Amino acid sequence: MGIDLIIFTVLSAVAIASALGVILSKNPVNSVLCMITCFVAIAGHYIMLNAQFLFVVHLIVYTGAIMVLFLFVLMMMNLNADIEPQKRNWLKYAGAISGGALLLVLVAALRDASVPAIQSGNATDIGLIKNLGKTLFTSYVVPFELSSVLFLSAMVGAVVIGKK
Amino acid sequence: MDLMTSFDWSFVIEKLLLISAVLGLSLLIAMYSTWGERKVAAWIQDRRGPNRAGIFGLLQPLADGGKLFFKEEIIPSTANQFLFVLGPSMAMLTACLTSAVIPWGDVLYFGDRAVTLQIADVNIGVLWIMAVVGMGVYGIMIGGWASNNKFSLLAACRGASQVISYELPMGLALIALFMISGSLSLKDIVEQQRSGVWFVVLQPIGFLIFLICAFAECNRTPFDLPEAENELNGGYHLEYSSMKLGFYLFAEYINMFISSALMATLYFGGYSFPYMDSLGLSPNLVTILGICALFLKTFAFIFFFMWVRWTLPRFRYDQLMKLGWKVLIPLALLNMLITGAVILYRQNGFN
Amino acid sequence: MQTLTNRAIPVDRRPMTFWEKMYLPAIAKGMGITLSHIFKKKATVNYPEETRPFSPVFRGLHILNRDEEGRERCTACGLCAVACPAEAITMEAAERLPGEEHLYREEKYAARYEINMLRCIFCGFCEEACPKEAIYMTETFAPSNYARKSFIYGKDDLLIPDPKHPITVNK
Repeated sequence: MGIDLIIFTVLSAVAIASALGVILSKNPVNSVLCMITCFVAIAGHYIMLNAQFLFVVHLIVYTGAIMVLFLFVLMMMNLNADIEPQKRNWLKYAGAISGGALLLVLVAALRDASVPAIQSGNATDIGLIKNLGKTLFTSYVVPFELSSVLFLSAMVGAVVIGKK
Repeated sequence: MDLMTSFDWSFVIEKLLLISAVLGLSLLIAMYSTWGERKVAAWIQDRRGPNRAGIFGLLQPLADGGKLFFKEEIIPSTANQFLFVLGPSMAMLTACLTSAVIPWGDVLYFGDRAVTLQIADVNIGVLWIMAVVGMGVYGIMIGGWASNNKFSLLAACRGASQVISYELPMGLALIALFMISGSLSLKDIVEQQRSGVWFVVLQPIGFLIFLICAFAECNRTPFDLPEAENELNGGYHLEYSSMKLGFYLFAEYINMFISSALMATLYFGGYSFPYMDSLGLSPNLVTILGICALFLKTFAFIFFFMWVRWTLPRFRYDQLMKLGWKVLIPLALLNMLITGAVILYRQNGFN
Repeated sequence: MQTLTNRAIPVDRRPMTFWEKMYLPAIAKGMGITLSHIFKKKATVNYPEETRPFSPVFRGLHILNRDEEGRERCTACGLCAVACPAEAITMEAAERLPGEEHLYREEKYAARYEINMLRCIFCGFCEEACPKEAIYMTETFAPSNYARKSFIYGKDDLLIPDPKHPITVNK
């Protein structure tokens, strides 16, 4: 067993266990912490693929910023078991149906998808920041700029809501 | 990755030695920063500072550490036990992680073997530091929340929003730097400054923004809102005692040391010093002198941190946010724009 | 309003100029001030090694004086205790027996003489009240101690050593 495989197994186990922890934990703060662990494990997978830029951006954006905001909100609301609202039955059914529908879509999508031959981790350099930047700003420049416009509009929207 | 597949044991041992050296050194420097802080504070206030424990009070950090060790460990009964311990550990961990990508020196030669004095020369060096600094806020948040104390919680919220707010101008200031250097690797950045000028000459405004943000990220005065003694009874580490408190205090000083080293590396040439290639010395000697130069610059910045702390009063919270969002971010954006324009002009004129 | 002195400066409430709003010059000025203080003379006196010179009228711990022949001057008149505003002094008088003339100058002497140094405010009234020039205040002050009891100074703490008959200290 190569060291790559060991690390992959450990990271995957951590990722799955913490992902389960997110949905199974009673305490919302613990859920968030599990989610952070999950994100860090997934970032580890990026490193295994030699996608260093993706790894670090994942850490900065998701674990460093978004989860902090999650934690922030949860801490301010101070949710705990005592004031947890009673879950209604129809909510459970709705959740089950929408979850099942998502699963169906995923299965249908994956069935038709052809898995491209993944190069071994050492050979790909696409994850390095230089190559990634070149790809983003040449072949994918239109989607990239469009998404930046999307972010800008979201930001303006947040400011407008905040000003009210 | 190369490291995983080919088991070069001497490489592993070399890196392990380097890691322990850097860790030990940062702990030692953090220890003596507490002493230095008290000395600088005393001098600025016309006092003498600690001078009883050992010569010049040099044993004072040991006495302080011993005191912290022997204090009673208290975990409040209403606190979340696991998270209460996790908080200081996270703070310490993230503080130590940042030193991985800083080049502490050039190459040392032991016979045929060339040892790079950098733990990991990854091509995302600076982003790694940003990521770890962003994670560093968890130490404060978890500790503050788990204490189950409203002052700690307030401090944790302040710390989190402060770090997130100041990460933006910091990143924007760094982008302007990367536009000049064309690389995110700290080693490359230092090598470029070794052959050219220090980047502080090219990026004075960027450096100023980075400096201010570094103060905010380290929770140092004038931005030490998370531990404002007079409003929050000591902030997020209010409920902590003994070595867990020690971890928080230590993490703060390690952060200060690392950000000083980072500023020296990014803007003041790192381990390079003027005329280092024209002295005609042996490469090993030049490397050692380079390490000394880096530490000299780092200590100068640490002194600057302390000097500012004992000069400027604390900001009010709305002033802090206003400075971050309404002054520093526009300034950083402007700096980025001007840098880009100048680079474009120098590349192809007004065509 | 009439100003008391001509040194008062009216508060400047004009809006700040752009240069002032940058704050950086002001910060640099402040930093310069603190830096200059690093090189100033330190106000601290390293106490046990060096002491501050006392003024000639400094009032420290009391002593009970003897005369030239080494006899105690105190006659236990109680005037010092009366003068004491803090009521720190207590004493018990005794009659001088025959054969004790070399010990006590007067016919009556203080068998017990105590000053509570925790109560004493070092005003020096006892020194002024004493008709026999027996009590004086020195230039030392009360050292620290662990028990309150040890701050009640008795005769053996207060009396100066006999110049004629040096006592052997057995401690």
